[in-house]
Amino acid sequence: MKNSSYFLNGLWKENPTLVIVLGTCPTLAVTTAAINGLGMGAATTFVLVFSNLFVALLKNFIPDKVRIAGFIIIIATFVTIVDLIMKAYTPALYETLGIFIPLIVVNCIILGRAEAFAQRNKIFPSILDGLGMGLGFTLALTLMGSFRELLGNGSIFNIKILSANAKTILLFIMPPGAFLTYGYMVAISNYIKSQLK
Amino acid sequence: MKKLESNLKNMFLSMLLICSVMAFALAFVYTSTKDEIEKANKEKEIQAVAQVLPKFDNEPVNEKYISDGLCFYPAKLNGKIIGIAVKSYSDKGFAGRIEIMVGFTTDNKIFNIKVMEQKETPGLGTKMTEPLFLNQFYGKNLENFKLIVKKDGGDVDAITAATISSRAFCDALSKAYNAYKNYISK
Repeated sequence: MKNSSYFLNGLWKENPTLVIVLGTCPTLAVTTAAINGLGMGAATTFVLVFSNLFVALLKNFIPDKVRIAGFIIIIATFVTIVDLIMKAYTPALYETLGIFIPLIVVNCIILGRAEAFAQRNKIFPSILDGLGMGLGFTLALTLMGSFRELLGNGSIFNIKILSANAKTILLFIMPPGAFLTYGYMVAISNYIKSQLK
Repeated sequence: MKKLESNLKNMFLSMLLICSVMAFALAFVYTSTKDEIEKANKEKEIQAVAQVLPKFDNEPVNEKYISDGLCFYPAKLNGKIIGIAVKSYSDKGFAGRIEIMVGFTTDNKIFNIKVMEQKETPGLGTKMTEPLFLNQFYGKNLENFKLIVKKDGGDVDAITAATISSRAFCDALSKAYNAYKNYISK
């Protein structure tokens, strides 16, 4: 595979949210507003790139039978470091993204990519894969957040789109709305895919 | 290099190595960011106090004291007290502790409120940080404003679909007011 295809793979063909359906817990939980989707996506992309990098670097030093434990330690350490550094040097950014950071440790996409890609590939493709997957995740989450915020709150990125009197469907920013939106998004992306073939 | 074989010795050694390296890395980052984090937290405190009180010229954060288990920050202008900020909290939130900073002016009215920490549901409970919810408290003297959500028979307009968060917010605010009342009646 060419380098660009490693990157594009995560964006569309194997989009972690719409195709692989990994990391659904943060996907459903935080997409109540577009900005949350973007924030979670950005934080995940950051961790994903570095965890892929470290797993690709260390893959030969970790025996197969303990690889999951090894990966988890690497990922958890990295997330904690990001957490501490953000708290210390970018407190304003931490205010907005802070609540998402601990959630990243349990995000299946990170471990999934370590297991399915980084431990079998060289360092550079692993970084590209992390970047592509992260951006794919960000894109899907931001889109989903925008839909839910628009339908449930009448705004996108906190900017009012509908008039203040417009009746919004509160259901969409509550948990059932997450499942509905998610289902429609997967269906629509599958439809588009079948048309492209 | 070939992949290490999964025998006991290799597994033991590689896990030991990974764990100790990661532990050292964490300890290093922790100690080197500790001071910065403290500084950032203090900065946050200073900003919060400045936001919830009218203009003052002393440094309330350096003069803070504890009364009824809550932090009090006295604000002075030309040496005269013009208001007190109280940092309060509630553990009744939907997800974890809620911390707020409330500014009371000398006429016992709420000047401003800032939510300092909360982990409520994004898009629902998090609306407690927005003016739409907070505005209803400004300029209120809590003697004649019942600090309970309307659903429970009080005067507070709860956030739609986030009654628990609204109740927790009221709880934190009541704590602050009671401590403040106790303090000024002394």
